Amino acid sequence: MTVTLSEWFSEAANWVFLIIALPTLFSAFKVVSTTNIVRAVLYLVVTLAGTAALFLVLGAEFVAWTVVLVYIGAVVILFLIGIMITRAPLTSASSLSHDLSVRLPAALLSAVLFGVMAWAFIDAFENRIIPFGDDATRSAALAEILFDRFVIPFEVVSFVLLAALIGGIVIARRDPPEEPGR
Amino acid sequence: MIRFVPIVANAMLALQEGHGAEGGDGGGHAIEAGITSGPLVEYAWLIVVVPLVMPFLIMAFGTKLPKKGWELAWLTMGFVAVYGTVLLIANAVDGVLYSTQIKVAEIGSFAIEWGWVVDGLSIMMYFLIGVVGFLVFTYALGYMKGEANFTWFFTAFTLFAGGMLVLVAAPNLLQLIVGWELVGVTSYLLIGFYWKDYANVDAANTAFMVNKVADAALFIGVIIMAWSVGSFRYSAVLEVVASQDASSTLARYAFWAGLALFIGAMGKSAQFPFHVWLPEAMAGPTPVSALMHAATMVTAGVFLVARLFPFYFDPANIFAGEVRTFIIIIGSVTLFFMGMLAFVQKDIKKVLAYSTVSQLGYMIAALGAGAYTAGVFHLFTHAFFKALLFLAAGSVIHAVHSNDMSDMGGLREYMPSTFWTFIIGTLALVGIFPLAGFWSKDEIIASIKFTAAESGEGVAWFALVLAIGGAFVTAFYMGRVIFLTFFGEYEGKAQPHESPKVMTLPLWGLAAFTVVAGFSNVPGIYTGFTDWLATRFQVMGDHHADSVDFVLIVIVTAFVALGIFLAWRIFNPQRDTQAARDRFSIPVLYPLLEHGYYIDDIYMDGIVRPTMGPLAQGVMWFDNHVIDLIANGAALVTRGAARAVNQFDLRVVDGVFNTLAEATEGAGGVLRLAFTGRVQQYVAMSFVGVVIIAALFLIF
Amino acid sequence: MTVVQYALLGSAMFAVGLYGVITRKNAVLILASVEVMLAAVNVNFVAFAVFLPDPRHAGQIFALFIIAIAAAEVGIGIAIILMIFRNRRSANVDELDMMRH
Repeated sequence: MTVTLSEWFSEAANWVFLIIALPTLFSAFKVVSTTNIVRAVLYLVVTLAGTAALFLVLGAEFVAWTVVLVYIGAVVILFLIGIMITRAPLTSASSLSHDLSVRLPAALLSAVLFGVMAWAFIDAFENRIIPFGDDATRSAALAEILFDRFVIPFEVVSFVLLAALIGGIVIARRDPPEEPGR
Repeated sequence: MIRFVPIVANAMLALQEGHGAEGGDGGGHAIEAGITSGPLVEYAWLIVVVPLVMPFLIMAFGTKLPKKGWELAWLTMGFVAVYGTVLLIANAVDGVLYSTQIKVAEIGSFAIEWGWVVDGLSIMMYFLIGVVGFLVFTYALGYMKGEANFTWFFTAFTLFAGGMLVLVAAPNLLQLIVGWELVGVTSYLLIGFYWKDYANVDAANTAFMVNKVADAALFIGVIIMAWSVGSFRYSAVLEVVASQDASSTLARYAFWAGLALFIGAMGKSAQFPFHVWLPEAMAGPTPVSALMHAATMVTAGVFLVARLFPFYFDPANIFAGEVRTFIIIIGSVTLFFMGMLAFVQKDIKKVLAYSTVSQLGYMIAALGAGAYTAGVFHLFTHAFFKALLFLAAGSVIHAVHSNDMSDMGGLREYMPSTFWTFIIGTLALVGIFPLAGFWSKDEIIASIKFTAAESGEGVAWFALVLAIGGAFVTAFYMGRVIFLTFFGEYEGKAQPHESPKVMTLPLWGLAAFTVVAGFSNVPGIYTGFTDWLATRFQVMGDHHADSVDFVLIVIVTAFVALGIFLAWRIFNPQRDTQAARDRFSIPVLYPLLEHGYYIDDIYMDGIVRPTMGPLAQGVMWFDNHVIDLIANGAALVTRGAARAVNQFDLRVVDGVFNTLAEATEGAGGVLRLAFTGRVQQYVAMSFVGVVIIAALFLIF
Repeated sequence: MTVVQYALLGSAMFAVGLYGVITRKNAVLILASVEVMLAAVNVNFVAFAVFLPDPRHAGQIFALFIIAIAAAEVGIGIAIILMIFRNRRSANVDELDMMRH
């Protein structure tokens, strides 16, 4: 089913979408452009929160709360720890981005990439409407599928997490002192 | 009365088949020959070939034989002597006349032939070479005893004999040249036999070089003559002479051919101014001096003129008649002035050498005056007594171990055989009756007088004066030798003793021949020699007096006696020391003689030094810069080509590969810039790619 | 709600994240930009999962996996950055060009 532009703007859900999506996008942009590194991380929080909200709007509740829990709860903390340990300049004394000779081509590239992707999407899906059902996606349904149909990827991902855990510890620890008699 | 034997035409035609001539008008048995074929003459080539081949055998097997090869050489000469004697007797009895030639090769229209002549002149030479050679070889066994290169000596000596025989047997000019050069080479080898002493090497070089200069003239003469008649054969030349054709090519160039040939003869026979080599040649062993430089090789020049006598002495003077004047002058100047050089020589062999030069002058002057028989007769007798004198001198040298006469004296008590044979030789040389020299020398003087009286030419009278004076000169220097060597007291340190029989027997043999040979041509009584000589194909006018000119004999004998007397008074006084006896000197004259009329100095400064200096250096410069340039030019060109190829290889061939490699490297260098190591750049690049591919997908 | 609007948002966030990856000098911020890109991808997946009638909800499941993997990746990334910082006393990627040729 399709919708026209005027019809689109008359739906309340779309306005909600806009209210959530625009700040998200703005925050994402701020992540990559602000000169204050802590603020960049905080803008990342906002971005992630925005995506979680969008998931809620879409009815993917489980994914939304997983984003909040894992992403914002753990990953961002990691970022903050990383910033702290690498003693990044917390003020905006030095610039955090390359100079213009890098930024402009990069901007151009990003613009072109967005253009290509946008064109692809619009060309393919035009103005088709998402057919919502009555309910949001049930977590139990997801769980069923996850442990039934996708159990092997699930296990593999758990291995990955284990490897990352061990790897991270090994990489980040200090070398043990030299033992005598070697 | 002149005995004039006319020329017979058909004799020449008969030559081709190797037959003798028959009949003809005019007197004498000159052209009739009994033996014109048969084994005696048809195998005469053995006389030539055996001594040519034997040296190789001597060289190969000589050292293994008991007498180290001497046996082979001696037997060879004996063979030649026997054959020669047989031919001589046959000629005397019957007359022998034979000639044959085999064509060996051809150049254009000229045939190169090898052959042998058996006529009066050749037989005489065969006999001479054989007999004298045989006796000298016998002597040499004793003289050369103990020499290190004994075998080599006889190899070369036999080869010399072979060469000389090639020369005298030659029926054509080309073979004559072959023999001429052969004897020249062997002469060089044998003069330089004692090569360890450099002075002897110099002497050998002098002999060879002086001969070579004269040989140039010889070659020119042969070329002119052969070209004029279209053949190298003597018979061809003498045919034209016989035809008395004044318009022939030969007649036109006769003077030049005759002059050039005579100059060549002058070289070999050591006439002034080519005489300088003969005294130098005394550096060789005495047997060599005896055989080569007295009896045979030096007579080759005389022989050549004798062979071509009609050419020089045709009655109408159409051909080389003008050269006769030149011949007489050279001959008489040589015999007198070169003879005088013997006055001042200290080396006994050098005295004999100048004596030989002088006697050769007599022969040449005789031929120039038209006295064919006289000249050849003197050659014949001179061979015997000069060889004898040399061998005797060698005996003396052997005894006192020195050539210098001041080391001699009073030797007649120690060496009687040597002494008496030397006396015989000397008496023959100076011309004392009845020995050989008397007959031959007097005959020459008589012939010269005859020519002078007949032709009235001043030149002939001049020659006559010199010839008579020469008799005095000869007597004086030989007297000097005898009185200094055999008389007085021996004061030296060596123990002089008589030589062994192997050396003294040949002396007596030669002495016997010396005594006898003269009787073979007594004018008016027995002129056998003349007849023997007369058996030849082309006979010509021979100025020969029939009767004996007694007045002349008396005059000459007076001069001879004067010479001996003066020598006796000057060189044999009753004084004591040897050195004092040789003090005689005439101011102005003697210093001039001692310097050899400065001829040697003129040659040295005028010819030798400029040649060795500027000329040689100029030639060397030319050789280095021009000739070698041509040779090096090839190398230069090749090097240049090689360099060009190298450059091509480096630049072009390698260039292709190098350019490829550089392009790759350049490309790599450019592409490397992309590998900055900065990950962000890699990310950007990959997304560029993604965008491009996505766009492509979307578009197509 | 059209699906296109979510797709457009996802594309825009992805492009912005890419811009940040290329532009940022600090390694931690590069990681943050990568997180932005991953978030954009999540939005895309979930939107299409809801849009398409999929009984398996594969899009949402996949978004979960992406979150897990992203977390692991950030953990390792931070560990590596720590190591580099220890060696080089700097987290500036400009200086990390040892792999250049």
